[in-house]
Amino acid sequence: MTEPETYSSLPVAGLPGAGSKDAAARARRGRNIAIAIGLVGFVVLVYLVTVFRMGGNVINRPL
Amino acid sequence: MVDITPPAVARAALPPRWQDYVQLLKPRVMSLVVFTAATGMICAGTPLNPVMGVIAILCIAVGAGASASLNMWYDADIDARMRRTRGRPVPAGRVQAADALALGIVLSLFSVMILGLAINWFAAGLLAFTIFFYAVVYTMWLKRWTAQNIVIGGLAGALPPVIGWAAATGQAPLDAWLLCAIIFMWTPPHFWALSLYTSEDYAAAGVPMLPVTAGAAATRRQIWIYSLLLIPVCLAPVATGLGGTTYLAVSALGGAVFLLLAWRVRSGRAGDAADPRVTDGLYDVQAAARDARNLFAYSILYLTLLFATLLGEHLWGRAAGGLS
Repeated sequence: MTEPETYSSLPVAGLPGAGSKDAAARARRGRNIAIAIGLVGFVVLVYLVTVFRMGGNVINRPL
Repeated sequence: MVDITPPAVARAALPPRWQDYVQLLKPRVMSLVVFTAATGMICAGTPLNPVMGVIAILCIAVGAGASASLNMWYDADIDARMRRTRGRPVPAGRVQAADALALGIVLSLFSVMILGLAINWFAAGLLAFTIFFYAVVYTMWLKRWTAQNIVIGGLAGALPPVIGWAAATGQAPLDAWLLCAIIFMWTPPHFWALSLYTSEDYAAAGVPMLPVTAGAAATRRQIWIYSLLLIPVCLAPVATGLGGTTYLAVSALGGAVFLLLAWRVRSGRAGDAADPRVTDGLYDVQAAARDARNLFAYSILYLTLLFATLLGEHLWGRAAGGLS
């Protein structure tokens, strides 16, 4: 996905333009990783709930 | 339609980092919620599958974080005027107010839904009520309206052990409400001690905290009265069998120290206007307000000790029961 023009060009006081792009990129990368961890964590959570709530009933069902 | 952009909030140039969103959840408050909810869950005495127990605690913690995010969204204008809170993500401009609102709503829905589906709907209902009480009743209504804001609003912070108990058993018996009562009665002396040396901030922000509306002397008197009421409530678990002899010793001795510190506040001049040149560095506390700061710091230790002792007694009891 391409970066919106306005986002990557955000100015940062006291820093040259390249620095602001680096800071924005670092922040975006950090947020993306956090979202990825959150999503994986949610999948694991649903998996664990399913396994522990259903327990042996997963096997003991009419096939 | 509600304007979700507080006017006093600054805009920063730096884009938000993931740490800013974590800060919206008030992680330190979350840790206290986790601790008290876990205590309620363990004290319930009904063994819950450890994985499901962790999931329940996670849901309660996320629910607490969600209500904190909603609080930071709504209170951004107040936070911007107070030294203690002006560095928070929304007033500092690092996170948009609308983002804090969205995060709070999404996490509220997910935490309640998962707790209901995974554990039970009684606990989920209690969690939903707690979020509503903190975000709407306390934040949007009580906080800006009455000096009794933290007295009534303290219920939101007191409910996590009941939710933990309900998660384990599906019920909320008297002992669960005793844990709730301890935190509920502890909240006024704890926060009023803090507000005695931060009342200028609250006055500047227009928050009707007791020292602002009734004065320091009335606040010191109320701290003493609530401290006197707190100690018997802390001893009550011994009468019902929830607490053992260790808990009795900790609550009685710790309560005596609490009363001593509260009496020092009562008989001192904490919160009175003092020489503005005399400070001791920590939040510019006037020398006269050190008693209030001591009570504030000790109150955290006392509550932690009470719940840690209960937790330890019940874990020890389980371990001993398992060995015998």
